Amino acid sequence: MVSCAILKWRVDSPAPSVDAVLSDKSAQMTPKELEESLKEDIEKAYDPREQAVDVLYALQRQHGHLSDEAMREASRLLGMTPLELDELATFYDFLYREPVGKYVIHVCDSVVCWMHGHQSVMDYIAERLGVGLGGTTPDGMFTLLPTCCLGYCDRAPAMLINGRVYGELTGEKIDRILQELREEEPPLALDR
Amino acid sequence: MHPQVLLQNFKGNRSASIDEYRANGGYEALTRALLERTPAEVEQMVLAAGLRGRGGAGFPAGKKWSLIPEGAAHPRFVVVNADEMEPGTYKDRMVIHVDPHLIIEGVILTSYAVSAEKAYIFIRPSYESSALILERELEVARREGLLGQNILGSEFSLDIVVHRSAGRYICGEATALLNALMGKRPNPKQPPPYATEKGLWNLPTVVGNVETTACVAPIVRNAITGGSGEPAFTKLYCVSGKVKRPGCYELPMGTPLREIIEEAAGGLPEGSELKAVLPGGVSTRYMTPDLYDTPMDFDSLAKIGHRLGTGAIIVFDQHTCMVAATLNIIQFFARESCGWCTPCREGLPYIRDILTQIESGEGKDEMIPKLRRMSEHLWRTYCAFSPGAVSPLESLLTYFEDEVREHIRMKRCPFRK
Repeated sequence: MVSCAILKWRVDSPAPSVDAVLSDKSAQMTPKELEESLKEDIEKAYDPREQAVDVLYALQRQHGHLSDEAMREASRLLGMTPLELDELATFYDFLYREPVGKYVIHVCDSVVCWMHGHQSVMDYIAERLGVGLGGTTPDGMFTLLPTCCLGYCDRAPAMLINGRVYGELTGEKIDRILQELREEEPPLALDR
Repeated sequence: MHPQVLLQNFKGNRSASIDEYRANGGYEALTRALLERTPAEVEQMVLAAGLRGRGGAGFPAGKKWSLIPEGAAHPRFVVVNADEMEPGTYKDRMVIHVDPHLIIEGVILTSYAVSAEKAYIFIRPSYESSALILERELEVARREGLLGQNILGSEFSLDIVVHRSAGRYICGEATALLNALMGKRPNPKQPPPYATEKGLWNLPTVVGNVETTACVAPIVRNAITGGSGEPAFTKLYCVSGKVKRPGCYELPMGTPLREIIEEAAGGLPEGSELKAVLPGGVSTRYMTPDLYDTPMDFDSLAKIGHRLGTGAIIVFDQHTCMVAATLNIIQFFARESCGWCTPCREGLPYIRDILTQIESGEGKDEMIPKLRRMSEHLWRTYCAFSPGAVSPLESLLTYFEDEVREHIRMKRCPFRK
């Protein structure tokens, strides 16, 4: 019989104190500082193309989304054509070619969260924010999007907001999270 | 008590430090391998241990490494696939969070075995916390002389970088992943040439899963120290869905499904009865309760026509509509298809539409053979994405055809009131 041993070794989604190391340098830099820092990273890479997604992320954080201007800037820094970069920007879920809110709420709708009532989570948030899927609140605070499995199935239903995962969601918990995000300065603004 | 190898340094709500990792024999394998063993000997140890890839395919890791041709070009690369996006799977995140140095030592040993100069850890955006933990600990390893030029005074030099992806399931496919790393649109490529010959930047490249990489250091340490003979082979099983204690459990490879669900995960909640299980994420076939005593390893499952996949066990109970569950899974795949080849791009939305009709009471009997035919068509695709995608569908029609027909007969989902 193994039950005691297993209980002891159950790994309960350790969330080490990452907040301390989370920072959003690119959003705080001036455009000039950011450009210098990106150039440095590109130089260090084996090939500049390796840095394409990183550069797009950084410019997205600074511009709020990947505007045409941001895409041109990325093209110039990386020596890739705007089309090559659009092949990436239109492919990935976490690169936004259109304006999004300060916080992008990605609600998981894959099978485990589905079993744990993802639809009611989605409906609840949509009702609270007064927006549909893909919509942004008029104050520019929140964008609501569905997303595929976040890899937090042990804490379903789950959602991801600006790099941070929230699990075992209930209406009460969602209200608290939205309230905190409204009131506080963003603790982090990662890959949204 | 079962031996714990991959999660032995579990510290609750934080990652194990390098000192804690060392206290349990961490970096002993690397230190001795670099000084006493050749790369070929390290490769041989992993080959002899029979380590099989934990990302889903189960290909022997040592064999993959040996596919780099003799005298192949340099630089060579090692890529660790931490893109883990298979629904139900979160083992890679667990190992990274619990014991980041186990991964780092595994990457260094892998790189030594194949004489690679640079390694990448390719990581998905929702694992940003894992990326940050790795970056922090890589810096620690650099300071300790475990990375960089002439590691621990040897001739071997290596650096490891964390590469952030921007989130698509297909990036977990090794050839798509390499395209992604090279800043290309991540469509899969069809070998040959294989990555071990012409991978990243057309140079020899080994791509491995996080859990596989985590197994390397314990295997090498065991082989060098002559420890307890055979290394204790464990597997990380992620259990989710209708169980009392969803979680990631390290158990001996081949633990019976019943034991994993009933004992480790605490069984199903009160009032729930087992109806079906996906044994290894959503690209595997449904298993029914008569297979409850199956040992959960590659060969036992293959023998009965199933796949271990990632070992992510998703449990469904009698209140779950299997048509709706399969529709959700097909919807996932339809959205994540890269769109490169037609059967996948067109076939999955077509299947989704048929399942939607059946689920909403507009199904017809002739849809069942049509779905069967589609699930066969979708094996004729460019990569393994679509054959995986239709595994739940094909097994739905095999094991739950009555339930599908009931939807059609009643002109509604029987699970909806």
